[in-house]
Amino acid sequence: MLGYAGKFLDVDLSTGNMKEAKFDEQILRQYMGGRALATKILWDRLGRRWEEIDPLGPENLLFLLTGPLTGFAPGGRLCVSGKSPQSNGIVGSTVAGEFPIELRCAGYDGLIFTGKAEKPVYLFIKDSDIELKNASQIWGKNAKETLKVLVREGRGELESRYKGKGLWKEPAAVYIGPAGENRSRIAAVTAKWAHAAGYGGYGGLMGSKNLKAVLAKGTGPLPDVADMGKVEKIIDLVLKKSFKSTTFRRWGTGAAGYDVGARQSSEPVRNWQEEWHDEKSYGANEFEKFWVKRFWGDFGCPTTCLKIAIVREGPMKGAITDNPDYENQAYLGPNLGLFKPEENIYMTALIDDLGLCGIQGGNILGFAAELYQRGILAKKDFDGIEPKWGDVKAFAALAELIAERKGIGEVLAEGTYRAALEISKMKGVDVMPYAIVSKGIAIGAHGIRSGEDYPALESYVCSVQGGDHTSTAYLPLDHENSELRMVLYDSGVFCWFNFFNKEARDSLWDLIEAVTGWKISAEEWLNIIARRVLHIQRAALLLGGPDLKWTPRRHDDIPERWYEPLPKGPYKGKAVDRAKLEEVRNEYYEAIGWDENGIPKSDELKRLGLDDVDKRIEELRRQVRRSGT
Amino acid sequence: MSGEEHVWIARDYAKCSGCRRCEIVCSLSHEGKIWPDASRVRVFMLVPGIEVPHLCAQCHDYPCVDSCPVGALSVSKETEAVLVDKEKCTACGKCIDACPGKVPFIHPTENYAVICDLCGGEPKCVKACAEGGWYALQTLKREETHTFKLYAKKPEDITLDVITQLYGEEWKEMF
Repeated sequence: MLGYAGKFLDVDLSTGNMKEAKFDEQILRQYMGGRALATKILWDRLGRRWEEIDPLGPENLLFLLTGPLTGFAPGGRLCVSGKSPQSNGIVGSTVAGEFPIELRCAGYDGLIFTGKAEKPVYLFIKDSDIELKNASQIWGKNAKETLKVLVREGRGELESRYKGKGLWKEPAAVYIGPAGENRSRIAAVTAKWAHAAGYGGYGGLMGSKNLKAVLAKGTGPLPDVADMGKVEKIIDLVLKKSFKSTTFRRWGTGAAGYDVGARQSSEPVRNWQEEWHDEKSYGANEFEKFWVKRFWGDFGCPTTCLKIAIVREGPMKGAITDNPDYENQAYLGPNLGLFKPEENIYMTALIDDLGLCGIQGGNILGFAAELYQRGILAKKDFDGIEPKWGDVKAFAALAELIAERKGIGEVLAEGTYRAALEISKMKGVDVMPYAIVSKGIAIGAHGIRSGEDYPALESYVCSVQGGDHTSTAYLPLDHENSELRMVLYDSGVFCWFNFFNKEARDSLWDLIEAVTGWKISAEEWLNIIARRVLHIQRAALLLGGPDLKWTPRRHDDIPERWYEPLPKGPYKGKAVDRAKLEEVRNEYYEAIGWDENGIPKSDELKRLGLDDVDKRIEELRRQVRRSGT
Repeated sequence: MSGEEHVWIARDYAKCSGCRRCEIVCSLSHEGKIWPDASRVRVFMLVPGIEVPHLCAQCHDYPCVDSCPVGALSVSKETEAVLVDKEKCTACGKCIDACPGKVPFIHPTENYAVICDLCGGEPKCVKACAEGGWYALQTLKREETHTFKLYAKKPEDITLDVITQLYGEEWKEMF
């Protein structure tokens, strides 16, 4: 099959059995790869008992999937998925790096893990030589130490087993830190120190399987394609356009730590109590002083929007990470009352090392600090830590407690939504109004109150991935920010930051054809292929899991705080209008083919051949009718 | 010397973005495919952020050529690059042992050693690197007075140098 390595690997960690899995061309044409394919396989294998599956139990599946465009569309990524420990639905969470390239060069389009290893293991792939190896020497180690040992062991193994070939380039790795090992629902699957698939909580899922890492070395080429000449031409076009986004190349998303707050009033400040700040100490110019590499990127990327920052002196000395990017800047900066670049670099490097997601981690640290501010949680609840706004050391200590699940960390490791439920019970106070989440997933650092940022009213409430700012629902459905389009990037699997330009973006349909030979039009993608994926994801989300379920319509809402007016700045007084939000939400339901409760309609599902999904959610429709919500 | 101008590829590791565009264009040009492990320039990343494009330095005394027991290696008169005769090469690996930087390697699927041929004098990797404004690889005029062999170093050694330069001495422990 053109564009595909042609096989997937099914690994049962309970038994150690591994077998190759293949999918019909028809399935791959319909579900491509990455997020869409993970959705399809999850539904086929677990859909019948979806509500009963514990995301952190051995039955859940962990996917590490590429797509046919990975390595060809500039900026390849890996899609991590499974039943989400955060939403109980399905999230396609992507991470950059060379791992997906190595995997495809080894002959695999993806890996599917099930079961649970008896002891910590890592999987080592060298082409078709594949082995589960003991990981006890790295279990408990932070991310940087983990990667160091993996690179050493991996290269050592290659040098000793395959002699006489010359020096071996290191295998690529994805791995978890201590937070993942401790099954935190806000742990990420990480790579290259600072890269993370954070949304979904798949670090915790990986940890629940006792899988510390996967290492891949592929010595073959990327798969054969339909028309390499055409692929090269499209790559050249995307390169040319990307080279022209000069400001984005210069600062990456890291110019926004000041600007999104100061110019757009949509940045989380002190757990979203405010969204505006004018802290010039947090300007891009101040971050630049810490850069030791001005362009850093991953396989095939023309933009190289990352920058390596290091703090060389002072109390934060020794911290290394990428720039940080905007999400980490916001959530581990102003959201915690921190406005010094060195403190943000320090917190980001620590979050990397612990294997937490910067967004989910920063969100819950801010949430905890607000509960402290309001006197709901006191010093004794925090084992002596006082999370005051701006106290970097206190936040660092709290992040470590969360990763280790010690003290209050046991509650906070469950993520903001579940922690809010638990703390409300513990303290007899409803703390949910301070939880800035959607469907159990912390909302990305782009607010909607000022109306100046890219997410719209419907973005987080109607997204099948909750608060994920890289998978926003959007009207009209063919808009460039539409979730239907995000499904393409997550299923392709590649970075859409190289496709900001319209001509580059429009070339994607030609690229799909040049790689796979399939003619897929934008129309077919938006009306059929991606629509199927969103409906299955929506059905899974509404079916929920053993610990919690979302009530249709009622949970399609924004955090209570966003109905309150912005307290400061040029957009002071602006808030979300409840009636307007409801109107837009209903419009979205109608446009996408969901009924008045947000449940996919029967005729829409049948139109797409999803009769089994239709049957599965019939009971849900009846329940909603009965309860009259 | 024929008197014509030869080029040499200078390398500034601290500027390497790790985009691996050099591997892509090299393998497309030599193999017709995107094939990182068959690229004549290979980017090692033994520590994140410390990317090392590893390629032939064209030593003035060509120890690899001397070491070949079957005469499969020769020096191009046009470019002074090392040329591998794929038919003659037995993939014995003696050239790898002889190279001070352990640059050559055996092709992943074929039976011959792989060494940079300077694309006949206009290296595609250099062009790709310049297009993106990274300039980690740049062509210089190859002067007889300079000892290019000094650049034939193992990626491990280069990594330690670049860690010290970018991160500081104490970060050597991360490797």
